[in-house]
Amino acid sequence: MAVNLAVNDDDMTIAAPVQLRARAIRKQKIVKAVILTLTLLFLFMPLLSMLLFTVRQPLSGRWSLNAWQAIFTGNGDSLGTDLSILWQGLGYSLALSAVTAVAMLLLMLPAMVIVHIRSRKLERAMEWVATLPLTIPAIVLVVGLGPIYRWLSADVLSTNPIWLCFAYVILVMPYAFRALAVGLNSIDVVTLSEAARSLGASWPKVFVRVIIPNLWQAVFSASFISIAVVLGEYTVASLLGRMNLQVALYQLGQSNSQISTAMSLLAMAFGVLLLLAIDAIAGAVNKHKERD
Amino acid sequence: MTVNFPQGKPAAATAGSSRISPFASHRNELGAFAATLPFFAYTACFLLIPTLIVVVGAFKAADGGLTLANFARLAERNTLVSLGTSVAVSLVSALIGAIVGALAAYALVIGSRPNSIMRRIITAISSTLAQFGGVMLAFAFIATLGINGVGTMLIKQLMGLTVDPNWLSSLPGLIMIYCYFQIPLMVIIFLPAVDSIRPQWREAAENLGGSAWQYWTRVAGPILEPRFISALLLLFANAFSAYATAAALFSQRSILIPLMIQGAIRNEMDANQQGFSQVLAFAMIVVMALVMLASHAVEKRSGRWL
Repeated sequence: MAVNLAVNDDDMTIAAPVQLRARAIRKQKIVKAVILTLTLLFLFMPLLSMLLFTVRQPLSGRWSLNAWQAIFTGNGDSLGTDLSILWQGLGYSLALSAVTAVAMLLLMLPAMVIVHIRSRKLERAMEWVATLPLTIPAIVLVVGLGPIYRWLSADVLSTNPIWLCFAYVILVMPYAFRALAVGLNSIDVVTLSEAARSLGASWPKVFVRVIIPNLWQAVFSASFISIAVVLGEYTVASLLGRMNLQVALYQLGQSNSQISTAMSLLAMAFGVLLLLAIDAIAGAVNKHKERD
Repeated sequence: MTVNFPQGKPAAATAGSSRISPFASHRNELGAFAATLPFFAYTACFLLIPTLIVVVGAFKAADGGLTLANFARLAERNTLVSLGTSVAVSLVSALIGAIVGALAAYALVIGSRPNSIMRRIITAISSTLAQFGGVMLAFAFIATLGINGVGTMLIKQLMGLTVDPNWLSSLPGLIMIYCYFQIPLMVIIFLPAVDSIRPQWREAAENLGGSAWQYWTRVAGPILEPRFISALLLLFANAFSAYATAAALFSQRSILIPLMIQGAIRNEMDANQQGFSQVLAFAMIVVMALVMLASHAVEKRSGRWL
């Protein structure tokens, strides 16, 4: 569940005396190739199967692009399926991911910056609390959130799925915290803020004009990982009886598994894009640092 | 000087004077605490209170008093079997995932440059697949080894064997599916550990006349061992808390603890089920806490090496 935000920091090169170790290295190469091939095969088989499954009618064996057509035209009539539940779920999930990312940033970023400057002790406390959701499984959290959500939806808010954002902010916290902490540790926040303060900037100004611009990569990473987590969330939504993308995929899967498999692939591709973007951002930062 | 924090919470602090007097530093702490109040208040509402509801609910009788009666249900055969299955599935998938993932991580690092394309591709794939759980993962394996799965057909045509369509919902099937996210997770968390192994160590061992076996048991093994164990524990925790994949695969059978919790939540109106979901959730918290404690102890030990 972790995202590799770490940076290749090693300047390790292989400098073995070639003549001496030629045989060992050749053997090593074979073992290496076998391990990597087998692992990749295991990881790619299901993905490939998914793709084949979406274009081949399992019962008749006929090849067709109907499932993809249905998704991209938004009309499942040709397959006798009502896709409205899918669009509804997708809409809620997209809205949830945006709201969750913004709420997470508002809640964590200012606090993390100030704690980073002022108090090592509080920073540790924050880290401990923010990574706690990794220890408390989502299914356990749901048991405790049930009564809270019953009260919220009956007396305060509504049963609208968008209010799942309260639970989702907790779920994304560990990942977002790590992403933001990496960013904070990579710049000298104390010097930056002291310089800005001594030049007469107010604290909000320091925050908005000096610190955020220096942290934008971390902010993007934290937001992207939050979006990826929210788009893949099923446990909380399904057990609290709210609709989101994964719940819709599951329900649609009962009637037309081809379309929901195709949609799963799309959702996954989007997740890959988000994570590649995080990787690219980290890479760009690294290059920038090397040049300096 | 009065300082306004972005949340609009006024707090008195003198900027940049933390090294001047203990009094100022105390005020700094107070200011920092004020800034983190929204964060701690929020986590109290949506993390601490739910956890407390679980813990208190586990000890609460139907009439509102304190009781241990709920725990009697933990000792029921059904529950014990599910708990055992949960632990077994998590343990086996963690072991397989850790071993295969560590081998893959080693294969990625050894003999190649740190920025090789292969490594970048596999890291990117792994970070995606490690999160690839739940409904979509269930679909992937139904498409592979379900009744009409691509793999099922392939095996039938190539080897004439029929794959039991129920194999996916058997324990070995579930373990294999769990491995699908365990192996990539292991690759990601173990890569930094393998990176820390210097090729010079091996050369040194060889120059001193050590064999490959000696190198692995005396040098690389002891260095990697604590990290491997703490990764293994993390994988166990990951599988133990997984719910969505199993829920999408088994619609009716509650063979794992998370699935029993699902059943208990759905039957909450039933008076006999009162407090059952909380007790099960409490049991999960206890297992997770034990795993985290073990992991903490191992990490402390590994700290000596790094």
